[in-house]
Amino acid sequence: MNVMAKSVGPAAADLNGLGASISVRGLAVTYASGLTAVHDASFELDPGSICALVGVNGSGKSTIFKAIMGFVKPAAGEIRLCGRPVAEAISRNIVAYVPQSEEIDWNFPVLVGDVVMMGRYGHMNFLRMPSRVDRYKVDAALERVGMSDFRNRQIGELSGGQKKRVFLARALAQEGRIILLDEPFTGVDVKTETAIISLLGELRAAGHLMLISTHNLGSVPDFCDQVVLLNRTVLAAGPTAEVFTQANLERAFGGVLRHYNLGGAQLHDDADPRHLTVLTDDERPLVIYGNDRKKMPSPPTQPDEPKKR
Amino acid sequence: MMSELLVPFSYEYMLKAMWVSALVGGVCAFLSAYLVLKGWSLMGDALAHSVVPGVAGAYILGLPFAVGAFFTGILASVGMAFVRQHSRLREDAVIGLVFTSLFALGLLLASIWPTSVSVQTIVLGNILAISDEDVVQVAIISAVSLALLLLRWKDLMIVFFDEAYARSIGLNTFLLKALFFTLLSACTVAALQTVGACLVIAMVVTPGATAYLLTDRFGRLIVISVALGAGTSFAGAYISYFLDGATGGVIVTLQTLLFLAAFLLAPKHGLLAARRRRMTIAGAAP
Repeated sequence: MNVMAKSVGPAAADLNGLGASISVRGLAVTYASGLTAVHDASFELDPGSICALVGVNGSGKSTIFKAIMGFVKPAAGEIRLCGRPVAEAISRNIVAYVPQSEEIDWNFPVLVGDVVMMGRYGHMNFLRMPSRVDRYKVDAALERVGMSDFRNRQIGELSGGQKKRVFLARALAQEGRIILLDEPFTGVDVKTETAIISLLGELRAAGHLMLISTHNLGSVPDFCDQVVLLNRTVLAAGPTAEVFTQANLERAFGGVLRHYNLGGAQLHDDADPRHLTVLTDDERPLVIYGNDRKKMPSPPTQPDEPKKR
Repeated sequence: MMSELLVPFSYEYMLKAMWVSALVGGVCAFLSAYLVLKGWSLMGDALAHSVVPGVAGAYILGLPFAVGAFFTGILASVGMAFVRQHSRLREDAVIGLVFTSLFALGLLLASIWPTSVSVQTIVLGNILAISDEDVVQVAIISAVSLALLLLRWKDLMIVFFDEAYARSIGLNTFLLKALFFTLLSACTVAALQTVGACLVIAMVVTPGATAYLLTDRFGRLIVISVALGAGTSFAGAYISYFLDGATGGVIVTLQTLLFLAAFLLAPKHGLLAARRRRMTIAGAAP
């Protein structure tokens, strides 16, 4: 931890003044096929927070990610990262991206240490020769995610959770103030999920802003400060307690979400008015009981489960 | 005996053939390190066949062959992109369609207007009879390609490994991919001279495939691949003097033998190693 405090410290000091913020105003993205993936989307995210980007497939989650990384040009509106235009933010290594596991060729001949070193490329010179600082930051990032012992393994030899941690380490080594995580909990066991969440908590404390696209509704209230609900546009955005409500979720997911409501005689022998609500789209379900939100121990996600519709 | 083995080195044309082959073999092997990782191996074959009409046309018009090859290479890429966008055909069908059409056109041109270059030379290569102007062209293409690859190999690696990430750290992935395919076409043209259009595919696939079985680090993969490509090409040209056989055939046969050796004996990814592992596991848990 000591090591990391050093490596995060100075960068945090530089940029905290600016704040690791994301500001999206009136964003519209239209693809070449003529499809308007998002329109009139606006939200503001503050430094030192974890935000969930929630919506069905095709709701525009990945389009928003692409727009933030500058892959697609907005047809209207603007995005500012730490107060800067996207292109400038990218060239300053402000944005670190953690890809979905399916996007990676796990047979690619790279070792764990090589992948994390890629996080430093944006900081290196024209020839990408790692300096002592680069090596030190790679060591620190591996240490922080507990993968130091695996640095000489080929990436395909790791478990699902270890793979995830390697790519998180790459984001740490990159020292991006804004970290985008694309479905980080897909194919990851509950233990690793908990480990990732606690790591994200530490990064939040260090002033990072994390934007997470997720299907994993059940854990959103546990660790996300803010939620952006999407369906081609922003349906609701703000603090989790206000936005992540049953009514809003039903609006965002329509008929797509499985919805169980147990109450009355199905649940109680007495006249207890509380009922149990389960919202799920095949991953960890969101369980609401009475007025409280309580989570039930959920079954571990299957790594090879078929991709969600 | 000894002096007999040194005979090829006393002929200027043999020396030239050996070092040109080694240079081209090395650069093609560098590219093969990338090509085998992406499932794009057949693109090398398609390009090599597509440039044939350009090479034939250039000889007929008395232009440098690289100019003609470059022109038809671009034509092939644009043609493939156009057909793919405006039809519902799959990519492999489009590639197959476009490159065979161009190859046929090339054969037709070369047979109707026989020039200094014969159909056989284009299809099978003839490094032993390469002209000095062609040597200059091949040397320039190879040297420039090698220099660019050495400067940008890490960026290309990130683009091939994780394109979204590459873009997110500000790399121009479009430009880097365009650079890669330009170098690939240029080097297949250079390799036409040594092994001919039919065997170019081996030059841009086999060394990389062999190295892929021998290491888990991309940097080493490149080094091994280039060493194999240059070594086999040099040795192939040398051996072809004694066998009096087609240089291209000898080079590719050598490369294949080395691939088979790696396939069987590679310490970690070889057939025997995998078998040994299975036996150990079976032995540990009866």
